[in-house]
Amino acid sequence: MALLEVEDLSVTFARRGQRTVHAVDGVSFSVDAGEVVGLVGESGCGKSVTSLAIMGLLPKQPGLAVGGKAVFDGTDLLQLDDRSRRDIRGRDIAMIFQDPLSSLNPVIPIGLQVTEVLTRHRGMKGAAAEKEAAELLDRVGIPDPRRRLKEYPHQLSGGMRQRALIAMAVACQPRLLIADEPTTALDVTIQAQILELLKGLVRDSDTALLMITHDLGVVAGMCDTVNVLYAGRVVETARRRPLFREPRHPYTVGLLGSVPRLDAGRGERLNAIPGSVRDVLPWPDGCAFAPRCERRVDACVGEPPALVLAHHGRSYRCVNPAPVAGYAPGDDVRAVVPTQAQPGSVPAQAVPDDPPTVPGLGPAPREEESA
Amino acid sequence: MFRFIVRRLLQLIPTLFGLSLLLFIWLRRLPGGPETAILGERGTPEMRAQIRRSMGLDEPILVQYGRFVRRLIRLDLGTSTSTKRSVVTEFLERFPGTVELSITAMVIAVGIGIPLGYLAARRRGRLLDHLSVGGSLIGICIPVFFLAFVLKAIFAENLGWFPSSGRQDPTLGATRITNFFVLDGLMTREWDAAADALWHLVLPGIALASIPLAIIVRITRASVLEVLNEDFVRTAEAKGLTERTVRGRHVLRNSMLPVVTSIGLQTGLLLSGAVLTETVFAFSGIGAFVAEAIGQRDYPVLMGFILIIAVVYVLVNLLVDLSYSFIDPRVRVR
Repeated sequence: MALLEVEDLSVTFARRGQRTVHAVDGVSFSVDAGEVVGLVGESGCGKSVTSLAIMGLLPKQPGLAVGGKAVFDGTDLLQLDDRSRRDIRGRDIAMIFQDPLSSLNPVIPIGLQVTEVLTRHRGMKGAAAEKEAAELLDRVGIPDPRRRLKEYPHQLSGGMRQRALIAMAVACQPRLLIADEPTTALDVTIQAQILELLKGLVRDSDTALLMITHDLGVVAGMCDTVNVLYAGRVVETARRRPLFREPRHPYTVGLLGSVPRLDAGRGERLNAIPGSVRDVLPWPDGCAFAPRCERRVDACVGEPPALVLAHHGRSYRCVNPAPVAGYAPGDDVRAVVPTQAQPGSVPAQAVPDDPPTVPGLGPAPREEESA
Repeated sequence: MFRFIVRRLLQLIPTLFGLSLLLFIWLRRLPGGPETAILGERGTPEMRAQIRRSMGLDEPILVQYGRFVRRLIRLDLGTSTSTKRSVVTEFLERFPGTVELSITAMVIAVGIGIPLGYLAARRRGRLLDHLSVGGSLIGICIPVFFLAFVLKAIFAENLGWFPSSGRQDPTLGATRITNFFVLDGLMTREWDAAADALWHLVLPGIALASIPLAIIVRITRASVLEVLNEDFVRTAEAKGLTERTVRGRHVLRNSMLPVVTSIGLQTGLLLSGAVLTETVFAFSGIGAFVAEAIGQRDYPVLMGFILIIAVVYVLVNLLVDLSYSFIDPRVRVR
């Protein structure tokens, strides 16, 4: 049993007089203890909404509906009442956000913003809490922590602010840390430092990390397993190496291809994916990526593509995936999960070869070199 | 901090000089003068000229202004042309009443407005929200004097719960020290006098509070709604803090800045705008006195009043700026 199993998670926003928006549409993935899992996609694909739904932090509003399951250590987070959720948040599951400046309260000293977590979940108060807070700041690499505790967010640099937020997040040694684009608002040089810090923290404490990002560089440097999201659905899941070496879903191919390369000639155009995620078909009408897809075939429209469980525990949602060396087209397929089926309902015997990473279908192979 | 306060108070001096010069010239330009008010339409030109001469109004305007300033430096605002008493004495007698009334109104407006605005934001779109937003619209729209009349008719004259006029029951024979009646009662330990003065403040206080209350409700509501959407509130929620901590520590304090600004502006308005309420409740504050002074072209009273209001505005805004720096460390004053 994985530490976190998200099954068929859906988030819809219904507005009177408007079509219901499916921000997240049947997303499933899992995070094992100590594992770093990536949730990758461009803006608007539903990755932040997914993380907020797991945390129960979606802004309460009429018309919001969250379905599916998010089982953390045997408890479905989505079924918990507000109180129990608050007990888990910050203690067992912590979160780091994108913009460190706006994520810190501007009128309260850093110290109180750290100690309030310690007070809430570890019952620490006064000098003891302050000492622990200073140690936390020290651990995340903030020099002169005693002085920093008394300072306000606007007196810290961007990198320091994010470090402070990380200190707050790891204050109770959570078992799962969700980082929602933690480096997007930072300078490139600082980005690397923050990623190193996160990596070190999760390695030392066996904390699992769910990394939400649009940055494939971050994925390449950090993640064990990667889930690629498009228009609210996971379109491809794989271990890191195979994903980068042989992407199957055309969207993943496009994402990798659109990374600017140093060895490209001057004046050469970047390989952008045409169109944007906004002008898509809704999933029920077919593959949402089809309008932008270079490998589009007739079968892409009409009904949404089924989830294909393929070789080496990979899976993708595509009827015409990119070819992969050593397999004839279709040879790599181990099973096909019908669109509406629950991932967990597919019997394990249906997967004869290597066990896939899809939730409910057994553990993923730990050694990614197997590819 | 201390230097900031001193600097702001020093800035008051040129402000007052500029303001007084402008007003001095402008007042003299108004048609009619004290001689018209005294003599009416029938006075002969000779009689008018004589009165003007006796008041020094025939001299060049800058000479008059010079004399005004020389007196002002000695804190002498001259003599009222209509009551023949020192303007300073008149003000010391009447201004405390208006200040007491304004403070009462502000305490009511803040004490109800902030919690109500906050609750309306928390219950956005529900009954309480609609009631407070609608109610504040009504509060802004109803003329203060009308509300004063209605309150007086119902709660004073009909039900007899509150006194219908005045600042205090004169039969109590209360001792006067500062002319702040409530304060005097507390200082002299004449508790019944203090309570009676407070009782007299309730109805006019409510009437006067209606507009600032409505404005504070709306500003608080809007500000809280905005802060509820801030990222740091989400961070606080992600930390698993109790709802009480999130609201009290993270939401409320951050939403107070615009509210404090409006409290400052409203306080200034109350001091200068209590005329109607004071009239309805025969409340001997500064408002009715000044309203009369306008009709009488009582220049010294008008000049004095405007200068005092200017000083009050500057002081209130100074307080607002100082309270900013307590609420928000980013605007710490130097």
